[in-house]
Amino acid sequence: MDLKACREIAWNGIWKQNTGIVQILGLCPILAISSNVVNAVSLGLATILVMALSNLTIAALRNFIPYEIRIPVFILIIAALVTVVDLSFNAWLHELYLVLGIFIPLIVTNCIVLARVEAFAAKNDPIDSTVDGIAMGIGLTLVLAVLGALREVIGSGTLFSGIEMIFPSAHGIVLFGDDYPGFLVAVLPPGAFIALGFLIAGRNWLEARNQARARLQPPATPRPAGDTAEAA
Amino acid sequence: MSEPTAFGLSARTGGVMVAFTVVFTAMMAFTHDATREQIAASATEEKMKLVSEVLPAGRYDNALLDDYIKLGPTRELGLDEGGRIYRARKAGQPAALLIEATAPDGYSGRIELIIAVGADGAVSGVRAVSHRETPGLGDYIDPRKDKDKRSPWVTQFADLKAADVPDCKVKKDGGQISYHTGATISARAVTNAVARAARFAADHQDRLFAARAGDTL
Repeated sequence: MDLKACREIAWNGIWKQNTGIVQILGLCPILAISSNVVNAVSLGLATILVMALSNLTIAALRNFIPYEIRIPVFILIIAALVTVVDLSFNAWLHELYLVLGIFIPLIVTNCIVLARVEAFAAKNDPIDSTVDGIAMGIGLTLVLAVLGALREVIGSGTLFSGIEMIFPSAHGIVLFGDDYPGFLVAVLPPGAFIALGFLIAGRNWLEARNQARARLQPPATPRPAGDTAEAA
Repeated sequence: MSEPTAFGLSARTGGVMVAFTVVFTAMMAFTHDATREQIAASATEEKMKLVSEVLPAGRYDNALLDDYIKLGPTRELGLDEGGRIYRARKAGQPAALLIEATAPDGYSGRIELIIAVGADGAVSGVRAVSHRETPGLGDYIDPRKDKDKRSPWVTQFADLKAADVPDCKVKKDGGQISYHTGATISARAVTNAVARAARFAADHQDRLFAARAGDTL
């Protein structure tokens, strides 16, 4: 595969078709887990792994799966892969499992995995599909990280709390001192909806601004410098 | 290729579905088999870590996790579906009981606890095993979530003498246990569950230690 297609897929996953703030798929785990950065990023990383694996497997097997029963077969494969990942982490990467463990089974409930398998892996070759799974996962992880950071800073006045579970020598940062009263709404589920709303609005605003700029600057005819400055 | 008949089509897709199911179920079964021992070992280790938080290792010398009795539904301990009591012994003599108990009246549902009560009736430690108390408000009952890392709230129950058990109530209810203002309910639920468990242990101690390991009471 060529690099250009790869970049296209990655850009699609991270920005244009971002699962969290454009497709708005798989909200349940996103909203439930994003009350702090460490949990949010942990779920994101586990999702990247599962999406890459399931996209790879299904793209490799796509010619053997009859069209009529593709959905049950996809679900079967995803559930089996998640179970295998869950058990393997528990047995061989137990330290990591203590952090990620509760999130791995949650990934089965994330419809974004099935959505990418159906929309991409079932029609493309294994390498492209793996890149797509990773890119979509990274896009999701970025949204989770920002959402987690927003909610954690506003809600509890800390950042990276709980990181000592992953890096024993690291410590969370207390931003506003020990007597910060906290802002409970941000920690509870409504805060997740509100913060996600702001993220979606922010992305739409950026996108609208970029489009407006693109319209003002037709690429074929370069304008004099003064003209551009006026337009901006 | 001619148009497939309805029967032929369903037989073929059915066959493919069965084949996929068999292959992926086999994959899961194989992984389960390969990881089972390792997972069981980690689970034991984790349990022992929890045990060591509520009962110092020097207090007993038996294989504590194997020396347990099962309980049916027990109202005194808040157990609707039964639970276990692990028995710690030193040189064959009763040392302490590790009681699984539930505080049914947490702010958001049940709080599952493990409570160690010495043979002298003193509580040596309490830990919340699972709870859904409000993050940042009531969840200080769990020392991992308590902002006060030097002396988490739950350490008030470490070394609670038998004579203090009647006063094992939150201060609002006339007892000795402090709580965070605005989050009394979580503290009260845990405190009352500890008091009930301590009383249960004192009332039934002889019977609990005498029963054969693995029996259901």
